[in-house]
Amino acid sequence: MAQPLVKKDDDRDDEAEYSPFMGIEKGAVLQEARVFNDPQLDARRCSQVITKLLYLLNQGETFTKTEATEVFFAVTKLFQSKDMGLRRMVYLMIKEISPSADEVIIVTSSLMKDMNSKIDMYRANAIRVLCRITDGTLLAQIERYLKQAIVDKNPIVASAALVSGIHLLQTNPEIVKRWSNEVQESVQSRAAFVQFHALGLLHQIRQNDRLAVSKLVSSLTRGAVRSPLAQCLLIRYTSQVICESGNNTQSGDRPFYDFLESCLRHKSEMVIFEAARAITELNGVTSRELNPAITVLQLFLSSSKPVLRFAAVRTLNKVAMIHPTSVTNCNIDMESLISDQNRSIATLAITTLLKTGNESSVDRLMKQITNFMSDIADEFKIVVVEAIRSLCQKFPLKYRSLMNFLSNILREEGGFEYKKAIVDSIVILIREIPDAKETGLLHLCEFIEDCEFTYLSTQILHFLGIEGPKTSDPSKYIRFIYNRVHLENATVRAGAVSTLAKFGAAVDELKPRIFVLLRRCLFDSDDEVRDRATLYLNTLGGDGSVVETDKAVKDFLFGPFDIPLVNLETGLKNYEPSEEAFDIDSVPKEVKSQPLAEKKASGKKPTGLGAPPSGPPSTADAYQRALSSIPEFANFGNLFKSSAPVELTEAETEYAVNVVKHIFDRHVVFQYNCTNTIPEQLLEHVIVIVDNSEADEFSEAFSKPLKSLPYDSPGQIFVAFEKPEGVPTLGKFSNVLKFIVREVDPTTGEAEDDGVEDEYQLEDLEIVSADYTLKVGVSNFRNAWESMGPDFERVDEYGLGPRESLAEAVNTVINLLGLQPCEGTEVVPPNSRSHTCLLSGVFIGNIKVLVRLSFGLDGPKDVAMKLTVRSEDETVSDAIHEIVASG
Amino acid sequence: MSPSKLELNPSVKNILLLDSDGRRVAAKYFSDDWPTNSAKEAFEKLVFNKTQKTNARTEAEITMFENNIIVYKFVQDLHFFVTGSDDENELILSSVLQAFFDSVGLLLRGNVDKKEALENLDLILLRIDEIIDAGIILETTPNTIAGKVGSNSTESGAPLSEQTLSQALASAREHLARSLLK
Repeated sequence: MAQPLVKKDDDRDDEAEYSPFMGIEKGAVLQEARVFNDPQLDARRCSQVITKLLYLLNQGETFTKTEATEVFFAVTKLFQSKDMGLRRMVYLMIKEISPSADEVIIVTSSLMKDMNSKIDMYRANAIRVLCRITDGTLLAQIERYLKQAIVDKNPIVASAALVSGIHLLQTNPEIVKRWSNEVQESVQSRAAFVQFHALGLLHQIRQNDRLAVSKLVSSLTRGAVRSPLAQCLLIRYTSQVICESGNNTQSGDRPFYDFLESCLRHKSEMVIFEAARAITELNGVTSRELNPAITVLQLFLSSSKPVLRFAAVRTLNKVAMIHPTSVTNCNIDMESLISDQNRSIATLAITTLLKTGNESSVDRLMKQITNFMSDIADEFKIVVVEAIRSLCQKFPLKYRSLMNFLSNILREEGGFEYKKAIVDSIVILIREIPDAKETGLLHLCEFIEDCEFTYLSTQILHFLGIEGPKTSDPSKYIRFIYNRVHLENATVRAGAVSTLAKFGAAVDELKPRIFVLLRRCLFDSDDEVRDRATLYLNTLGGDGSVVETDKAVKDFLFGPFDIPLVNLETGLKNYEPSEEAFDIDSVPKEVKSQPLAEKKASGKKPTGLGAPPSGPPSTADAYQRALSSIPEFANFGNLFKSSAPVELTEAETEYAVNVVKHIFDRHVVFQYNCTNTIPEQLLEHVIVIVDNSEADEFSEAFSKPLKSLPYDSPGQIFVAFEKPEGVPTLGKFSNVLKFIVREVDPTTGEAEDDGVEDEYQLEDLEIVSADYTLKVGVSNFRNAWESMGPDFERVDEYGLGPRESLAEAVNTVINLLGLQPCEGTEVVPPNSRSHTCLLSGVFIGNIKVLVRLSFGLDGPKDVAMKLTVRSEDETVSDAIHEIVASG
Repeated sequence: MSPSKLELNPSVKNILLLDSDGRRVAAKYFSDDWPTNSAKEAFEKLVFNKTQKTNARTEAEITMFENNIIVYKFVQDLHFFVTGSDDENELILSSVLQAFFDSVGLLLRGNVDKKEALENLDLILLRIDEIIDAGIILETTPNTIAGKVGSNSTESGAPLSEQTLSQALASAREHLARSLLK
């Protein structure tokens, strides 16, 4: 060792990159591994070779199956050596190679011998290795030793057995559960880690038995646990028990709260923090319960250790979301953290302050943040921008200083995501705070004067087109918009043209001036820009006469574009150039895949921005084509909706049948997809006999049987029913599959001549209300809601009874209605007591429906719901209520 | 700590030892979050870049991204990292980092740098193996960890006087070969 030390000093400079593994190569090392087979083992050399192998694995090198097997077999030879260091490396190597089941057998006896060795290190490691590579059968053989090891007087051996038990519980629970006596004994161990591991295993063995867990917790909280880690575990188990036992509100005292509180005075910081965190996360924690925890977290805020400060501020940040007032005491400590070296801590401090700050402190805070913003990374800035947005929503009167702040940071350098967060925030504030509209719009106008992001420019132009004309002086925006036509790329120019047209359509006084500007755009170098200018000049009547813009044009310009782009794309692809113009109404409106995150400008022309939507052509489109190819269905009109396939048979039966319900205006078509899974049978003249005695408003119109159904090639049977037009008629249908069976000789594949008639009972099928609603999202629910107006609004309240959770209740209602959740409102934040969900869709007869669901917890589990429906037709509003009332 | 979470045991997702260029010296992953080596390398690169400019030489530092908490500490040209999920107790992760850091310090007897670390890679890997077993914290007391790895071995870390003559010769030959090779 002396030699390299001396050498190091003078070699340091020219040999900075020296590594003992320089130029190492897998092939060469595998060759070297042959020394493992030497009759006279050189322990030192073998150790070095294993190190090299481990180095290769560590650097991400992989061994092929044969290589791994070879290495494994060679390594097993090393059990002959008595050298402890080498043995330790052998254990590590075996774990790294993770041999296959048939190879494990080779080392089993060596490892079992080591498990009974006198040397503790051998016993501990042999247990760990054997438990890692073993399967269930071997486990039964070594169970006896493992039980012994759990109560071994050497803590290392006991820990090894206990930790192995925790892992094995995942794969062989029934065996590990038999050890609970031994495990229980070692929970009392004096060795810290043995206690920790024993407690972890004991809890996992009992975790499904609430009573046992509760007993375990209540016996241990009386103070038998010494190890800090075990104490942390106990705190976790305790808060789980508290959570499951529910609120004991009668006495006002929570069981075990005293224990958590006492842990706040533990000598280990780890335990103090775990307890404080557990208290802040209690369900419906009161401020009296919260205060002691906040006090210790406050102390941590001024710790010299970054990890402690981070942990404390992160926890307080979460508390501030629900109990902002409890955290205000920490504000002074928190403010000093704004200048913390660690930027994660500083950002958490800022966002916490923004949540707890009161109206009077906003201005001071903004000043501090301005200094802070210049030296943090974009990702942190985005967090701050979002916090400022919610602060502004909380204190609308402060919009001036907050809006100023946003516009200032908008002018500074920053990446796309950051700028987008700022623009989104300004847009939201403009929507929510009417006073902020004009200043906000001007800030945005200034921004697009010098904006390098095409996406943001077009988004802002679109937004200007909607909001700008409604301001007191729309003309002042025209200059900003028209400047785009001169200075920007084609995409932005096209966006600017559309925006100009919107001003023209909405503000009659501006029309002549807009026409002049649009006419200039006719000479643009880009097709899209010219096309748009021509289109708008024509629709707005740009022949010089100033006329009232009619409703159809306004709808075209301002109305939401509610056809999914994927569907439109396939529609256009299928369209063959002919005399007949492309009919946009023929494009199905159903959203097949989950729509992308809500974009504030989805009402944009498909030629606008972003990547073209990709994905498979919608199945609705495929169905439409398939159905229209059957002459009998051709006169049924446009397909309204096709349901997802419903299985009518159990899995793995002789015949697999599922059904797709196609809903038309006056008809319902059942498409039975049948598969024959018996190779020895050929089915012929397959029909489905549908009994509609429980669906008497339907009358069978037509049935299309299947001529033959050979093995494993699916075929379709169609049955059509007539139903009253445009009404959501419900009913239940029972189905029987009828056919003629002909035996097939499996060797020749030839079918016998005579067939036997047979039938096969299928499950019933139902037409439910959700079959009559289409999921169609709207881009801005609020706008859509307001423009729909309260004419056909229907409100009612429902009690949903006891439910698993609020989220479960919300999902049930969404599925029942079959409407599209908007703006991400289908997600219920954890622990919330109430939730509002927005849904939109189209009802049969092409009637738009908007639904606002307000859920509230009434008592511990009972969910109450207020349902407000707006639609274009009062019968539809009523129908939606009926769906819920009957569901 | 939601009640639905089955696994309440504190767990570690990975332990990393990187050099001053962000290259891997030793690494052990215990979670499936990074299934391939390239995913691992990408994570290491990200961690390294995010923490490179911070000063984590006196006290352990901490950061959070992609739903992971990362505690880290640097010494000379070695960067120590421990990663856990974002609902883990930061102080527990920090105790694991400290155990890793101290036990490597103990092993290298104060000369904690990349070169020494690579020369004792076997013992560093063994220490990681003794600190964490498949994600579960096994031991965090540096002296106990060192004891478990075993000192009466014949690895290069052993004092020269305890080697037999033939081993000493082998060791000398090796050092000679190394100095010729460089």
